[in-house]
Amino acid sequence: MRVPRELHPVAWWVWAIGLAVVASITTNPILLGLLLGVATLVVLTCRGDQPWSRSFRLYVWIGVLTIVIRIVFRVLLGGDVPGHLLFDLPSIPLPAWAAGISLFGPFTREELVAAFYEGLRLATVLICIGAANALANPKRLMKSLPPALYEIGTTMVVAITIVPQLVDSARRVRAAQQLRGAERGRLGRLRGLRRILVPVLEDAFERALALAAGMDARGYGRAGPATRNQRRLTGALMLGGLCGICTGVYAVLDQTAPRLLAGPMLAAGCAAAVLGFVSAGRRVGRTRYRAARWAWPEYAVAASGLVAAVTCWIALADQPAMAHPGVIGLPSVTLAAVVGVLVGVLPVWVAPPPLTTANRRGAGPRADARLDPKPTERPTVRQKARTP
Amino acid sequence: MIELRRIGFSYSDGATPVLRDVDLSVEDGELMLLAGPTGVGKSTLLGVIAGLVPTFTGGTLTGDVLLDGSSIIDLPARERAQSIGFVGQNPGAWFVTDTVEEELAFGMEQLGVAPATMRRRVEETLDLLGIADLRDRDLRTLSGGQQQRVGIGAVLTTHPRLLVLDEPTSALDPTAAEDVLATLTRLVHDLGVAVVLAEHRLERVVPFADRMCVLGADPAAPGGVRVGEPADLLLTSPVAPPLVELGRAAGWNPLPLTVRDARRRARPLLDTLGPPPPREAPEQVNRVPAVVAERVGVVRDSAAVLTGVDLTLSPGTVTALMGRNGAGKSTLMWAIQGRLGASSGRLRVDGGDPHQARPDERRTRVGLVPQNPADLLYLESVREECAAADADAAHARGVPVEGECAALLERLVPDIDPSTHPRDLSEGQRLALAVAIVLTARPGILLLDEPTRGLDYTAKHALARMLRDLAAGADRPDAPARAVLVATHDVEFVAGVADAMLVLADGEIVSSGPVDQVIAESPAFAPQVSKVLGTGWLHVDEVTARLRDRLGGEGGTQ
Repeated sequence: MRVPRELHPVAWWVWAIGLAVVASITTNPILLGLLLGVATLVVLTCRGDQPWSRSFRLYVWIGVLTIVIRIVFRVLLGGDVPGHLLFDLPSIPLPAWAAGISLFGPFTREELVAAFYEGLRLATVLICIGAANALANPKRLMKSLPPALYEIGTTMVVAITIVPQLVDSARRVRAAQQLRGAERGRLGRLRGLRRILVPVLEDAFERALALAAGMDARGYGRAGPATRNQRRLTGALMLGGLCGICTGVYAVLDQTAPRLLAGPMLAAGCAAAVLGFVSAGRRVGRTRYRAARWAWPEYAVAASGLVAAVTCWIALADQPAMAHPGVIGLPSVTLAAVVGVLVGVLPVWVAPPPLTTANRRGAGPRADARLDPKPTERPTVRQKARTP
Repeated sequence: MIELRRIGFSYSDGATPVLRDVDLSVEDGELMLLAGPTGVGKSTLLGVIAGLVPTFTGGTLTGDVLLDGSSIIDLPARERAQSIGFVGQNPGAWFVTDTVEEELAFGMEQLGVAPATMRRRVEETLDLLGIADLRDRDLRTLSGGQQQRVGIGAVLTTHPRLLVLDEPTSALDPTAAEDVLATLTRLVHDLGVAVVLAEHRLERVVPFADRMCVLGADPAAPGGVRVGEPADLLLTSPVAPPLVELGRAAGWNPLPLTVRDARRRARPLLDTLGPPPPREAPEQVNRVPAVVAERVGVVRDSAAVLTGVDLTLSPGTVTALMGRNGAGKSTLMWAIQGRLGASSGRLRVDGGDPHQARPDERRTRVGLVPQNPADLLYLESVREECAAADADAAHARGVPVEGECAALLERLVPDIDPSTHPRDLSEGQRLALAVAIVLTARPGILLLDEPTRGLDYTAKHALARMLRDLAAGADRPDAPARAVLVATHDVEFVAGVADAMLVLADGEIVSSGPVDQVIAESPAFAPQVSKVLGTGWLHVDEVTARLRDRLGGEGGTQ
C-alpha cells in the first residue's frame, strides 16, 4: 500500500518543465491535446486539498484566454493566408510610419486554425506550469533552496503566510467598523475604504514588527563562522559567475560574437556560480528539520517528465511536418511522439497519494476564518479544574 | 547566571527614563516575577534581557548585562538565542512557520543543530508540554493556551538556560492559565531552567514565584526596582493580588501567598466578620428584559458554534460571560448585536430580531466593543474620533449633537489630551474611547468582549466602576439604565463588577445565575476571596467594609 505523503516539490517541477518543453517545440494539436490530457489527469489524481491545489482551474482559464486573445489579434491585424474565406472585414491600412500594417481585412479558416495552433501551444505551456503550482507545496519548495538562499526562502515563506492573516484582519475590522456609523457625503465611500485600511495596515505593521522581533529572538540571521577571506572568496565567485553567465548568454544569442565567448563562457560562469553557492552554503551554520528526501517515486516522477521531453525532442527533430503541421490537411503524428507524451502520465501510478485533511495524522480542523483573533479549540474533555 | 548592572533606558534624550539603575540577578532554576502597573517598563526590561531593546524599540540603553560573568550587552538577540529564550506577549504573532512541529524546529534550524538531535528534541518537547497530539496542526487553528504552550516549546527546543516570558497567561481562561503555569513550574523543577516572567494577573503567578521584582514601587525613584521575597515586597507593592489585599486588610504578617496559607489563618477573621453580606438582587420592578434568547443556535462557516443558548439580560444589571477560549463568547455577542443571525431558536433585543434590523438601528439598540478596540479607530486624534461619533449620532437622531462623545469620555477617563493619537493611548484609555464612541449612539445594551486584557489592577477597578455607572445610567442625568454584558476570563474582575454570571461551554450556557451562586457551583471560577472565606464573600472591598463596621474604623484583626 502506498502511504500518503507529499512528493518532493522539485520532482513535480522537473516533471512539469519536461511537459512544458514538449509543448514549446510543437504546434501539433494532437500532441498538445494529449499533453493537456496528461497534465490534467495527473493534477486531478495527485493534488492534495491545500489552498494552492485549487489554483489549477485558474491556469486553465488563463490558457483559454490566451487562445482567445491570439485569435482576436489575428482578426485585428489581418493576415494573408489564402484559403476558405470565413468573413471579410473592411481593411484599414495604417500610415506608412506604422510599417504599412493594415487592420482587419479578410479572415480565412486557415488563418483561424493557425492562430488556434499557436494559442494552444502557449496555453499548454501555461497549463503545465499551472500543474506544477497545483501539485508542489510552495513552502516546501522554498525550503529546498540551497543553504545560501535560506534567508530569501524564509522571507518568501513568511510573505506567503501573511496573506491569509491580512484577510482575517480585514474581515475582523470590517465587522468592527459596522459598530460605528457609516461615512456619508460625496467622499463617504472613499473614506469608508480608509477606515478599513488604516486599522488593517496598522495591524499588519505591528504584526510584521512582532514577527521580526520573534525571528530575531530565535536566532534568525545569525552570522555564520565564516572568516573574512572566506566571505571574500564567496563574493568573488558569485560576481564572477554572474558576469560569465551574462556574457555567455549574450554571445549565444548574438551570432557575430566570438564563439569562445558563447558556450565555454556560459559553462564557466555557471560553474563559478555553483561554486559560489556551495561556498556560501558551507559557511551557513544552519540545518534543516526533516528535510524532504528523494525516494524512488520522486526519481520516477522527475524521470517521466525528462523522458517525455527527450523522446519528443528526438521524435520531432527531423519531422518538421509533424512538429508544425500545415493548416490545410489533418495533422499527423508518429507512434514515438505519442508514446513520449504518454510517459508523462506515469505519476498517476507512482506518486504517493496526496495528503488531505482526512488522512493527515491527528490533524485538527482546518483554519476556519473567525471573527475573533483567537482560533477555535475543539471541545476537549478537560480535567476537573484545579485550584492552586 | 544572568545579571543586570545599573541598567538605564530612555526612549529619547532628556525624556523621563523608563528604567533607571536597575540591578537584578537571576540564578539557575529560579522563577522571577516582574510586577508593576501598566507602562512601568516590564516589557522593556524583558526586552533588555533578550536583546530586543533597543534594537526594535529605539532609545538609549546604559549599564551592562552579564551572562555567566561575561558581558552580552552588545550581542544582538539572535546571538543570544541559544542561552535565552524569549516568548512575547502574543505568541500567535510570532509564529514563523505554519505547523506546530516546524515551529518547534525553527529555532534549532537557526542554531545549526544536527537533524537527528532536532528530531529527538522535538519529540521530547512535544511530550514535555503535553502537545503531542497537536504536532500536525495548523498554528492558526490553535487556542490561546495551546499557542502559548507552542510558543514556549518553540524556544525550549534550543535548550535555553533562561526563559523570558511577557504576560504568558493574560489572554487565557483560568484553566488554560493553570496549564501554562504548571508547565513552567515543571521546567523550573525538572530542567533547572531559570524563568523571568512579567504578569498583570498576580493572583495566578505569585504562588509559583521564588523571588519578585517590583517596578514602579517607589514614587520617589521612578524607573527603579525592588527585588526580594514576594511576601515582603507585596506588603507595599502598588499592585497586589486580592489575596494580598485581604491579608493587608486583615493585618496578617507575613502575608499569605497561597490560598492554602490564607485559609489556615482565616478562622479568626471569619469570626470577626460574621455572616457574609446579604446580596440583594438588582431591582427588577417594571423592567422589561432587554435581551431574551430562547434556545438560540448560531452556525458559522458550517460549524455550529452556539447550540441552544437561553439567556435574559435586564437593564441595570452587569452580567459576566465566562467560558474557555473558543467556547463561543464572541459569537454570542455578535449574535446579540445582530451581525450574525440565529440559525435556530428565538432571539429578541428590545422586542425585535436584531438580525433583521438595519445597521443604523442595531447601533442605537446595542453597543458592542470588540475584543480589539483599535479595530474601531481610524482617525488621527481623539478629537476627530469623537467628532465622527457625534456626527453619526446626529444623523441617526436628526438633531445636532455636539461634544457628547467627548463628554462621555471625560466622564469615563478624565484628562485625555484630545489631540493624542488613539494609538498612543494606554490600553485602558483606548478601551474607554471605544466605549464612548459606541455609547454616543445611546444604545440601551452594552456588550464588551474581553475588555480586561492588558489592564492592571487600578485600570480594572476603574473599568468596574465605569461599568457599574453605565448599568445604573449614572453617566448622564437623563441616561436610562442599561443592560451590560461583559465577556472576560478574569474571575477577580467578575467578582468586583457583575451581578449575574453566565458560563458558556461548547455552545451552551452551562451555568447561570447570581455571581455568588454560580461560583458556589463551579469552583474553577471562584475569586481568591471566596476560596479563602467561603462563597458568600466575593471581593476584598466587602471584607474591608465589614471590618470597618465591626472595628470602628481601626482595621486589622489579631
